[in-house]
Amino acid sequence: MALRGAIVVDNEKCKGCGVCLANCPTDTIALAKEVNSKGYNFAFMASPESCTGCTNCATVCPDSCITVYRVKI
Amino acid sequence: MAEKILMKGNEAIAHAAIRCGCDGYFGYPITPQSEVMETLMEEKPWETTGMVVLQAESETSSINMLYGGACCAKKVMTSSSSPGISLMCEGISYLAGAELPCLVVNVVRGGPGLGTIQPGQGDYFQAVKGGGHGDYKTIVLAPSSAQEMYDFVDLSFELAFKYRTPAMILADGIVGQMMETVELRPIKPRISNEEIIAKYPWATTGKPQNRKQNVITSLAMDAAVHEKLNQNLQEKYKIMERDEVRFETVNCEDAEHLIIAYGCMARICESTVEQARKEGIKVGLLRPITLFPFPTNEIKRLVPQLKTIMSVELSAGQMVEDIRLAVNGKVPVNFFGRLGGIVPSPEEVLDAFKQSISK
Amino acid sequence: MDIKDIIKPENRVYGKTPLLTDNVMHYCPGCSHGTVHKLIAEVIDEMGIQEQTIGVSPVGCSVFAYNYLDIDWQQAAHGRAPALATATKRLHPEKYVFTYQGDGDLASIGTAEIMHACNRGENIVVIFINNAIYGMTGGQMAPTTLIGMKTATTPYGRDPKLHGNPLKITELIAQLDGTCFVTRQSVHNPGNVRKAKKAIRKAFENSMMDKGTSFVEIVGTCNSGWKLSPVQSNEWMVENMFPKYPLGDIKDI
Repeated sequence: MALRGAIVVDNEKCKGCGVCLANCPTDTIALAKEVNSKGYNFAFMASPESCTGCTNCATVCPDSCITVYRVKI
Repeated sequence: MAEKILMKGNEAIAHAAIRCGCDGYFGYPITPQSEVMETLMEEKPWETTGMVVLQAESETSSINMLYGGACCAKKVMTSSSSPGISLMCEGISYLAGAELPCLVVNVVRGGPGLGTIQPGQGDYFQAVKGGGHGDYKTIVLAPSSAQEMYDFVDLSFELAFKYRTPAMILADGIVGQMMETVELRPIKPRISNEEIIAKYPWATTGKPQNRKQNVITSLAMDAAVHEKLNQNLQEKYKIMERDEVRFETVNCEDAEHLIIAYGCMARICESTVEQARKEGIKVGLLRPITLFPFPTNEIKRLVPQLKTIMSVELSAGQMVEDIRLAVNGKVPVNFFGRLGGIVPSPEEVLDAFKQSISK
Repeated sequence: MDIKDIIKPENRVYGKTPLLTDNVMHYCPGCSHGTVHKLIAEVIDEMGIQEQTIGVSPVGCSVFAYNYLDIDWQQAAHGRAPALATATKRLHPEKYVFTYQGDGDLASIGTAEIMHACNRGENIVVIFINNAIYGMTGGQMAPTTLIGMKTATTPYGRDPKLHGNPLKITELIAQLDGTCFVTRQSVHNPGNVRKAKKAIRKAFENSMMDKGTSFVEIVGTCNSGWKLSPVQSNEWMVENMFPKYPLGDIKDI
């Protein structure tokens, strides 16, 4: 059984600190080239196919701006 | 018939607290008022009314315990003496800024510094002009008897909750230490948590789903918001000045001269006035009971009939400044005071008074 | 499988707890405060004690904690939160009462209040954030600043002869008979975040068991004060802070 996951980042709340990237075991997340209204390069799911929905990113996110979804396939 | 008991002024504070439904006392020992906490500990009110009594590690901590209790709209109080009150001033400013009710009793000694444990009135400025930082006032009641020590506890709580402001009883070593008969008033039960939630919706009683969170703070980062907060405080003080002035007058109807004194000095000056009257001098006594709000209007009302006024204080002259503001130069305002814990006799005051009117 | 088929309410496994408000936190990017706030909110939510909880916020960066956790709050004067919490808990023994304090607030100006509240064994929870610097005032030396560490008031590094030594206040607190649970945690990686959350939950549960004070230190980062990126700060913390402030339970009875 495999796990597939996905994250949704609240772009406006994200401050682009990068702590989620550093803790993502599958290198799913990257910082966007674009910025939000505060000027932060927000995090986004750069490699959606690799996400397992492990919740590490959201667990360490200081701004609680990541929601994690997971399905078993 | 009401029960009358012989007790010290300080003990009266403690008994009044228990009997008027006080929820918590937090204090630190300091002469000349330690009997307040000693009496409370002896009475063990936690076994009867449920009142909390706690000896804190410092006056700083005591006043901040009051802040915590007052956030919950509990009736909380402390007592101390001059240097201890100085330590509390930061906390009193926070309580005033956050609009919280509480009672602080200051049994004043002579200062500055560690000063003396003898009585003094040198904390007048600190009490009536705020004391801590920022534009705030506290209601200040000045008892001159053990009975008033007792009665002003309940009155202070009533006023503190009415205006959501700290109230202070500004006593002195004499009023705190002297023994007099005190009539005990009917017992008021402590109010329940349910009553608090209904009566004081601002209190931190735990946020239910159906109301917004309650946050008690004196902090406002927005200058416009902060100015409004300050203006609200000033509005409140204006209402107090209109509605809450308390004083007592003796022989003022035909008085040509007026002695103004509060606390223990008012009692001494009452004898002075009596003696002066016997000598044919038309002198009256005004005893401010509230020092803030100050009986400015009563002084103004008396001014047209007066030739002189004398303020008598156990200080270098503090209340005299408020009297001069009230009089606004219309009659001479003289001053007589003793310092360092010395309490003048009625005769000494009379001599000073006679000298002042012959100038 | 299409992403749209994964992102469905029934597949949601983790997200913001409703106990956190929608306000954007004023903290700098990567600040540990946000993570710790989240853990407290999750614990309160999972225990179902929103209505029974009263928080006391400090002076310092976390003075605004009340903007983020949707509970009743008292905002204390600098260092005095344990005094407020003492009175609140004694007057409301049925409530969960916690203080949230930084290292300047708790370990410097508020030393007397925290020592005596813990020594009396007040049945409160203390959450202590140690990032070895004063964040709000612009990066000055804290009592917990490491030897050699540069801050705005130790521009050449903390020299014990000039500035005194780093204060391991949590070890001191553990010596006090009034404390029942004293632990040091961190929130720099998922494993440690989960451990920290367990510790916070235990502390809240203890506060209803009449066991005494529970004290949870979180060694955190202040990347603005440390002048490092958030990720570098976490690495620096592991290398430099943990040897002086080792993680783990110091007391648990």
